[in-house]
Amino acid sequence: MSLIEFRNVHKRFGRQVVLNGVDLGINEGESLVIIGASGSGKSVMLKHMVGLLQPDEGEVWFDGKRIDQLAERKLMDVRVQFGFLFQMGALFDSMNVEDNVAFPLVEHTSKPKAEVSKIVDQKLGMVGLPEVRKKMPAELSGGQRKRVALARAIALDPRVILYDEPTTGLDPIRSDVINELILKLQRELKVTSVVVTHDMQSAFKVADRIVMLHEGKLMFDGTPEQIRTSENPVVKRFVQGEAGDEELAGLRGPSA
Amino acid sequence: MALAIVERVGYRTTEILAGFGEFSRFVGRTFLWLFAGALRVRNWRLLMPQFYEVGVRSVPVVAVVGAFIGMVMAVETYSQFAAIGQESRLGAVINLSVVKQIGPVLAAVMLAGRVGGALAAELGTMHVTEQIDAIRVMGVDPIVYLVVPRFVACVLLTPILTAYSDVLGIIGGWLIGVPFLHIPNTAYWYYSTHGGVDTWQVMEGILKAFFFGGAIGLISCYKGFHSGAGASGVGRACTESFVSSFIAIIILNFIFAEVSKDMYIAIYGIRSIFG
Repeated sequence: MSLIEFRNVHKRFGRQVVLNGVDLGINEGESLVIIGASGSGKSVMLKHMVGLLQPDEGEVWFDGKRIDQLAERKLMDVRVQFGFLFQMGALFDSMNVEDNVAFPLVEHTSKPKAEVSKIVDQKLGMVGLPEVRKKMPAELSGGQRKRVALARAIALDPRVILYDEPTTGLDPIRSDVINELILKLQRELKVTSVVVTHDMQSAFKVADRIVMLHEGKLMFDGTPEQIRTSENPVVKRFVQGEAGDEELAGLRGPSA
Repeated sequence: MALAIVERVGYRTTEILAGFGEFSRFVGRTFLWLFAGALRVRNWRLLMPQFYEVGVRSVPVVAVVGAFIGMVMAVETYSQFAAIGQESRLGAVINLSVVKQIGPVLAAVMLAGRVGGALAAELGTMHVTEQIDAIRVMGVDPIVYLVVPRFVACVLLTPILTAYSDVLGIIGGWLIGVPFLHIPNTAYWYYSTHGGVDTWQVMEGILKAFFFGGAIGLISCYKGFHSGAGASGVGRACTESFVSSFIAIIILNFIFAEVSKDMYIAIYGIRSIFG
């Protein structure tokens, strides 16, 4: 049985249909990458997994339990099993790095200060940033901020880590550092990873399996090798990064 | 055309009702967590920074406004009272106005601007940068972590700041009335306490300050939590927070004036400061 399951999930915002009957199962321990154009609903899918959004129709299951109808209070128990890396990190800007990483530990455990501090050290070490402990988020670069956010996401040793566009806004070198980090965590912590991205290089590097979201539905579901050789024109164009006539129509003059 | 207007009115009405329902749920959850959260000693540590932010940092602005209002009232009313030979009763009028109406209302309005704006901006920024979602994802209810401490700080500290503003307003009025306008000191205070200010008036001002503080805290946090995207969204949340808090203060003040007057007359009868 899948660890996370979407059953015929529909979601719309106003008149805009974002998810239009999505069925997806994510197995424990796998590294799944969700790709799709900007605004295709990838992040919306991720937010459904932790109950930040509820589907208009359909069901979301986690570990054999339906979670889309759970009250906020009951969702808390589910959420502590997830680590979530937000697109911009979402570090608390009123706290330094140490307090940010310690936040889930302080809130959910009664560990003494010294032990919390040791875990913070260990997690910052895992993301390769032991020296930024006392810095404020505003003093960090974009890549550092994401790595600190990742240290915070793994503070409670989650079963699943959700990555929302982890390489967006980073240069290729920093992006590769994040990709390596995702692989490292996957290897060392044996977690289930779900990565939302439109960076194909990143997708090929970290994925065991790739799904593509297009017009509210899953258009492709397969291995990185299968997507490379896919003959579906939409998938092919996305993987190769080529704009089609539809995307270029607005750039052409009226006489064309 | 007519149909479009009806549609627009209907849409707007539904939107307002939905907004009110959403706000009521927000208030309900805040009160639920206020009592449930108070049992967790760990949550108490969240209060002190808010006490500092809401209370200590508001002292200068509340002090200046309170003192100057007392002084302005003395300057503006003296000539009228002197014309009818009642200048010795100036203290009664100033002090009564300050403790009953001007002190609480102006202190609350200043707090709605300073604290309410700051709360809406802080929480609005946290909302648009997904920090509030991050709190939820980490299994912590943002109502407990962010709203309850701010609400408690507003409720507990607005009355204290009001009392402070009252004292400075009274001193401000006295400073102009006695040393500068040469009203006899004894008469100034005698008429203030005989037919002017009594415990009821002081307590009315302080009591309504609790409600003003609660309204400021809830409205500002709600606006921050529901701010629109980007800098303009946060800016709009701050403006709406101040305007809504201000309206709430004025309406609450009217309700208090009406209820308190009826209760006072029923208990003590009508007492005139010129009696």
